[in-house]
Amino acid sequence: MTGFKRHRRSGAAVATFTVFEADLLRSLASQLIELLRNEAATGASQGDPLEDLLDFSGPTTAPEDPVLARLFPTAYPDDEEAAGDFRRFTESTLRDGKAAGAAAVIDTLEEAGLPPEPEDGLFIDVELDEAAVMTWLRAFTDMRLAIATRLEVEEGDEEYWMSLPDDDPRAQVHDIYDWLGYLQETLVEAAA
Amino acid sequence: MHNEGVSTSPVELEEPEVDDDTSLARPWVTIVWNDPVNLMSYVTFVFQKYFGYPKHKAEKLMMEVHQEGRSVVSTGSREEMERDVQAMHSYGLWATMQKADA
Repeated sequence: MTGFKRHRRSGAAVATFTVFEADLLRSLASQLIELLRNEAATGASQGDPLEDLLDFSGPTTAPEDPVLARLFPTAYPDDEEAAGDFRRFTESTLRDGKAAGAAAVIDTLEEAGLPPEPEDGLFIDVELDEAAVMTWLRAFTDMRLAIATRLEVEEGDEEYWMSLPDDDPRAQVHDIYDWLGYLQETLVEAAA
Repeated sequence: MHNEGVSTSPVELEEPEVDDDTSLARPWVTIVWNDPVNLMSYVTFVFQKYFGYPKHKAEKLMMEVHQEGRSVVSTGSREEMERDVQAMHSYGLWATMQKADA
């Protein structure tokens, strides 16, 4: 597992993912798009606790869905009418922007050679220019907000997550959350 | 944050019929709130990129968010603050707006 580095000559942010890492990023980005585009998705249990936890397309529609509520916060906490107007004029633009960003992440991974079905032994090299860096940083943020909201991550709760047994699906999802944080941290460093 | 005690009918006072975005209107502020998810480095980066703040100012605001739970990151007209709040939401930061404290 490696993160992003700054390419000395081009100044681009570069990273090499295993095909499974790239496939996981694609899957997370797809679920984000699904959530953003189809808030009425039922999100019924798929029978696999890991998949259920990774399924952002939850059972409730916006704004009740806590992930959507976090992605699209209330701008005027003390003024319901103004808050409603703000939401009416901004939320669909914000939704489209976030979905387009996640789609751009998928495009970049597939253009870099990620096949429809991951094949062992393949590595995916991505190279991000300044605009793409911002797109990926936003997408990492949205994925992390979605996972953290589902897991109910809180400030300073690292010890709790460390204490869970390795085979606990919540611990596995939290590992993915940590990995996304690592990627984002290295991408900020590569871009700064 | 509101003008408690000023009037028994604050709703009428706060929702004037006239355009709020006049030079007479008090300035508005954009507030970014702490959350357990966003990385300190990312929040600093966003303040630099979007507001064009120098790194030391961006870091100071980020630390205020982190340690005090919130920070006023920009001040201006209501329209300007709506743009800033929308931008902060696009970056995944938890932002709200309100009239500046009188």
